[in-house]
Amino acid sequence: MEKVYINSFGSVSAQNTEYDSSFLKDIISYNDTTIPAINPIYKDFIPPAAARRMAKGVKMGIVASKLALQKANLNNVDAIITGTGMGCLHDSEKFLSAIIDNDEQYLTPTPFIQSTHNTVGGQIALEIQCKGYNFTYVHGSNSFESALLDAKLQLELNEAKNILIGGVDELAKHTVLLNKTINHIKKEPVESAELLETNTKGAIFGEGANFFVVSNEKQDSTLAVVDGLEIYNTLEVDSITDKAREFLKEHNLNVSEIDTLILGNNGDEEFDIYYNTLTSGDFKNTQQMVYKPWIGECYTASSFGLLLAANILKTKTVPETFQLNAIIPSQYKTILLYNQYRGENHSFTLLRQC
Amino acid sequence: MSKGIAITGMGIISAIGNNVAENYHALINERIGISRVSKIDTIHENDIMVGEIAYTNQELESLLNLTPENNYSRTAFLGAIAAKEAVKHAGITDISAYKTGLISATSVGGMDMTEKYYYQYLEDENVQKYIAGHNAGDSTQKIAQQLGIEESLVTTISTACSSAANAIMLGARLIKAGKLDRVVVGGTDCMSKFTINGFKTLMILSDTYNAPFDDNRKGLNLGEAAAYLVLESDHVVKAENKTVLAYVKGYGNANDAFHQTASSENGDGATLAMEKALEIANYKPEDIDYINAHGTATGNNDLSEGRAIIRVFGEKAPEFSSTKAYTGHTLAAAGGIEAVYAILALQNNVIFPNLNFKTQMQEFSITPQLKLKEKALKTVMSNSFGFGGNCSTVIFSKKE
Repeated sequence: MEKVYINSFGSVSAQNTEYDSSFLKDIISYNDTTIPAINPIYKDFIPPAAARRMAKGVKMGIVASKLALQKANLNNVDAIITGTGMGCLHDSEKFLSAIIDNDEQYLTPTPFIQSTHNTVGGQIALEIQCKGYNFTYVHGSNSFESALLDAKLQLELNEAKNILIGGVDELAKHTVLLNKTINHIKKEPVESAELLETNTKGAIFGEGANFFVVSNEKQDSTLAVVDGLEIYNTLEVDSITDKAREFLKEHNLNVSEIDTLILGNNGDEEFDIYYNTLTSGDFKNTQQMVYKPWIGECYTASSFGLLLAANILKTKTVPETFQLNAIIPSQYKTILLYNQYRGENHSFTLLRQC
Repeated sequence: MSKGIAITGMGIISAIGNNVAENYHALINERIGISRVSKIDTIHENDIMVGEIAYTNQELESLLNLTPENNYSRTAFLGAIAAKEAVKHAGITDISAYKTGLISATSVGGMDMTEKYYYQYLEDENVQKYIAGHNAGDSTQKIAQQLGIEESLVTTISTACSSAANAIMLGARLIKAGKLDRVVVGGTDCMSKFTINGFKTLMILSDTYNAPFDDNRKGLNLGEAAAYLVLESDHVVKAENKTVLAYVKGYGNANDAFHQTASSENGDGATLAMEKALEIANYKPEDIDYINAHGTATGNNDLSEGRAIIRVFGEKAPEFSSTKAYTGHTLAAAGGIEAVYAILALQNNVIFPNLNFKTQMQEFSITPQLKLKEKALKTVMSNSFGFGGNCSTVIFSKKE
């Protein structure tokens, strides 16, 4: 079986991730209940006339994918696989509220067209004229992982050489309001650094787009190898330790060989217990890192975790702010990522240096 | 690695029947499921025709033995009914005996509840349970729970109207790669005000019975449906001595890269998808005995698809028909219900008619199959195309 390399990434997030020169140099702290992504200069990537019709999610997706292609030195790919938990929320809300507010009259098709879950994947294909395989996964916190899994399957079996994968989600006003109503978003603003100690229900929501070129051919830009990935629709807190052990065993690893554990803690007192079980248990002597306090939670936030891991393996440096404990490993060779949202759709991802 | 991808069970609920037997009966008796809309309160009720499923949500709830506190969208109800039929049909009594996954497709997700309670959510605690059910993956999580699939590979695909075909494709690849032993694949979409109005603004909804591949076709009828297949590896088929209904032999996915909603005039994406599927199956075009076309009855699709069929098969294309005159266009579920129809065609050696056709299209000379036809079928090709340029083809065969 062929290996799966991460050859590049492009990112639009609430942190400085757009350009290599400033990549996560100065971590921005937030004090809010939602964290919007920093807008790139869209006209550098998308013709302004086209950009005007696009919601933020589509624009972020196109920018992130173009950055990823540039850094991998590619004009096109064999396949485009997108993950998005909520899809094009802004246009969905726009079309739906117009239906309700105007009693199904005076509607225009554009927001409907742009509301379809595969809009981002379709628009990227249009932009780069990619007629290859094009899938969109929409499965909660495993939306991006499903895209990675699909790409991994194709690359390992040599069905494709270069695949563009990505995770994208956008914030939208009404959905934020609804999530506050049911305490999925915290009621009160919280400082990023304090988020994991709030002991309240819900998370701080965010948005962003993280795209990657994954390939079965190594090149100068290669950051890391994706060695393993498992997704689970359900897991009990009691079985998380065993599942982690089982996953490591399948890859002939033991806990002491994991240099860094990257986790998806979002400060929700009800569900962070999954992460805490690992950090206070088997991995208590492992370097632990979290990122959601600085970019916010969304179904595809874990795609940011993947670029963080890939960047650590390439540069051998970590953004200190993201460290959950004080442990510094002697090397950065093997990184384990674990993520879930509200106790559902769990994933383990294993990255190694190449 | 598994060489063959066996289909050992199927389940369906659509406007022409609540299970496989009822659907088959309607297909061979030319009984269509298109009517005026009754379950959705819309100002367009007199302008459109739809393919609705007879059961109310309350009836579906009791069929699934769910308590009233549940927060199922209609998409989840329909999906659970069809997926359970498929698993039962496959004779599976212990779902965890093998590594079993679920790949479901949807485009509507929980939109039916969101559109009902959009503003009410903010004040009424009784309906807030549906908020978390809006995301497309939620219906899949519920179907997995209904089937008893736990700690496993479960995911959702949303590539508009080609979604369920892509779910079948991914499932087949997961079995082939040995990642799963068994996988339930298909799709579900319920009717919603959102899609009715969306397609209405695109001006592609017919005000009468949809007529695929007819020169005077006026557009599509929206439908609601769910359908699932059980795919199993060679190993499971052998170990359990399973009856195989058919095999997934080939699949192809390509992007038209032409327009967000419209298909290219010459069907580039569709052509590529059919060619890729033939290549994976190791078939020549003449090996295909029947094409269950996407045939939505929109001006754009039928022209583009017809031209693509000619590009792949020449003017002497095999018999082809669209079954959307029966069911309406069921969006993300279409590739699922039409997979069930393709397998029924193979099992019964019968080609289902393309109903409501009166006038030959001017742009080409190929004509769909208009009458029910008995023919020894070895292979059936099924096409599904969607917004975002997404084009998918799956080939089913009797033999491995």
